[in-house]
Amino acid sequence: MPDLLILGPQARNPNLRDALQRAGIDGPMVAITAGWQEREGELAALEEHLGQRVHDLRLYERAEGVFAHDPALHEAYRQRQADLRGLQQTYRARLDHAKAAAREMFAQPADSDLTRWARRDAIAALRRLDAAHLGMIERVHARFTQEWRHVLGPLVEHQQADLKHMIEASAAVCIAGGHVAVLLNRLRLFDLQRLVRGRPIVAWSAGAMCLTERVVLFHDHPPQGAGNAEVFEAGLGLLPRTVLLPHAASRLALQDATRVTLLARRLSPAACHTLDEGSMLHWHRGRLRVAVGTSRLLRSGSTSAVEVAA
Amino acid sequence: MSTSADLPADATPGLDALRNAQNSPLVDPGGLTFVYRGQAEAVRLRLWIHGLPATQAFERQGDDDLWVLRIEVPENSRIEYKLEIERDGRAEWILDPLNPLRAEDPFGANSVAQGHGYHRPDWTLRDPSARAGTLEDFVVHSAALGSERHVGVYVPARFRRTRRYPLLIVHDGFDYLRYANLQAVLDNLIDRLEIPPIIAAFTQSPDRLTEYAGHDGHAAFVAREIPELLERSFPLHPNPAARGLLGASFGAVASLHAAWRHPQAFGRLVLQSGSFAFSDIGHHRRPPTFDPVARFVNEFRRRPGLPAQRMYLSCGIYESLIYENRSLVPLLRQHGIEVRYEEVRDGHNWENWRDRLQSALTWLFPGPLWMVYE
Repeated sequence: MPDLLILGPQARNPNLRDALQRAGIDGPMVAITAGWQEREGELAALEEHLGQRVHDLRLYERAEGVFAHDPALHEAYRQRQADLRGLQQTYRARLDHAKAAAREMFAQPADSDLTRWARRDAIAALRRLDAAHLGMIERVHARFTQEWRHVLGPLVEHQQADLKHMIEASAAVCIAGGHVAVLLNRLRLFDLQRLVRGRPIVAWSAGAMCLTERVVLFHDHPPQGAGNAEVFEAGLGLLPRTVLLPHAASRLALQDATRVTLLARRLSPAACHTLDEGSMLHWHRGRLRVAVGTSRLLRSGSTSAVEVAA
Repeated sequence: MSTSADLPADATPGLDALRNAQNSPLVDPGGLTFVYRGQAEAVRLRLWIHGLPATQAFERQGDDDLWVLRIEVPENSRIEYKLEIERDGRAEWILDPLNPLRAEDPFGANSVAQGHGYHRPDWTLRDPSARAGTLEDFVVHSAALGSERHVGVYVPARFRRTRRYPLLIVHDGFDYLRYANLQAVLDNLIDRLEIPPIIAAFTQSPDRLTEYAGHDGHAAFVAREIPELLERSFPLHPNPAARGLLGASFGAVASLHAAWRHPQAFGRLVLQSGSFAFSDIGHHRRPPTFDPVARFVNEFRRRPGLPAQRMYLSCGIYESLIYENRSLVPLLRQHGIEVRYEEVRDGHNWENWRDRLQSALTWLFPGPLWMVYE
């Protein structure tokens, strides 16, 4: 398994260059900035930081080209996205109640078997809801793929050849943050999971979230709404048993033990890792070699710094 | 932030505390104690709180030049006031010399008393780390109004012509910029992803009591002429859900009237402390400037239609307009309009309107906060 570098947000105080040096990754870089949407490919700040040219794989632009080529495909894609939004809204409504029930159970002292059982069962209900939601999403994707495979295949094939060539000529693939749904959809459309196999990957924020098995959306104190963390989609699965939480310091109420314990227990056995400015996790041959500035959410409701096993 | 001295719960300050007070008023959970030091024949608090006397007299403490007044104020209140000092038979209104907090408005400035629990929201202050938008100035000849008008346009940071933007038109727009810090608010909310990048247009009427009082020419100006002007320069989203009007006081009346006269032009309205005078029977009890407003609001109450799909309304409970605003909410809801209504312990002033902008804008124009991790 090649090097995998996971970083916190890079927009203001990037640590990408330091992380690459520390990991011993040197050479030409390609970038995926599809999460930046209209700003895709605006790499001046990244290039200045790295001190070298970076080639963008332009997945957002390539996807727009694919859709422009076949309006029926584009319409079907839009419909799929509308279906997914509908699923998310239904899930969100159910989640509100399940989460409220769990919080209520955790607000009571765990001084009886009944309360302890009720807590476990409230968590189990959340996990069942999350799993059912992911299953429904998978069915929507499978139906779309089944119906449009014959059209999509030829349209993306020559793009994939070009992408493969660019990736193989690089020392690493950088996957930037941004809009996680837009990014994940483009990564899937061009089957990047297959194309990056065996190549070193550096990913941050939304880019890092996409590499996990489950992408979880979260904000504990949004200006509107309840702020319940939501399972959004299956990710590419390149980083198993991990949920990544970028901007945790500003988006999560880490001092709220009930929120932390609910999230940690609901998503276990995956480890929930915070990613803030300066964070770095480096896996080499499947083994965590470096962990800087990142914490794990614990079932107890606290957090602890992620450390590398001796 | 409060620069006033905080006291423990339900503590009325003693004389020593009053003599040594460096700031006024002294704040406790039950109220405010105002302190004035100086020669005077009388000292009075002048404030604009519906339900409280407009003038309240300080009491002199012994033979000192120390004057004190305590008033009960609920938690989270914000109050604007002046002091009236009477000397040599003449009365003068002044800002409180012991209170550095000021709120400016087009008529000058008032001192501000922040009750226990009130904190100025951090998103109302300029954040140096937030990407800043820019302001551009446009001049348009309005056929509907028969004169030239300046329109300020806020262009968000990282503006791209390949993207389509929502449009928010702001009545008393330059006042919102100056007194409600609207540019910093937009920068902050966009940077925090709480609202999407938007184009905002700021209008300022030279005769707002006429043009904002249910004036068809003004309605055409904001519903047709400004959007047409901006569509020539900016990629605007055409969907009514991406078009909004914002206004306070008479500006709220102008917003509702324009959307009512031009249904489908706007899907989102922010109506702050609207001067929605009306009369169920007989004549309204406000000055004559409200006559055209009451004609419009009475007509609106008879046949509201669907001026917008979503409206945010707010009003201070220390405003006399609270009755009119409360009355409007059930009517709007009965006609299928999604309404969010908030009441706060504040008066008819710009800082009240400033403090509600996050709640209003994030509800009407929700940003990509949930989906974007940069």
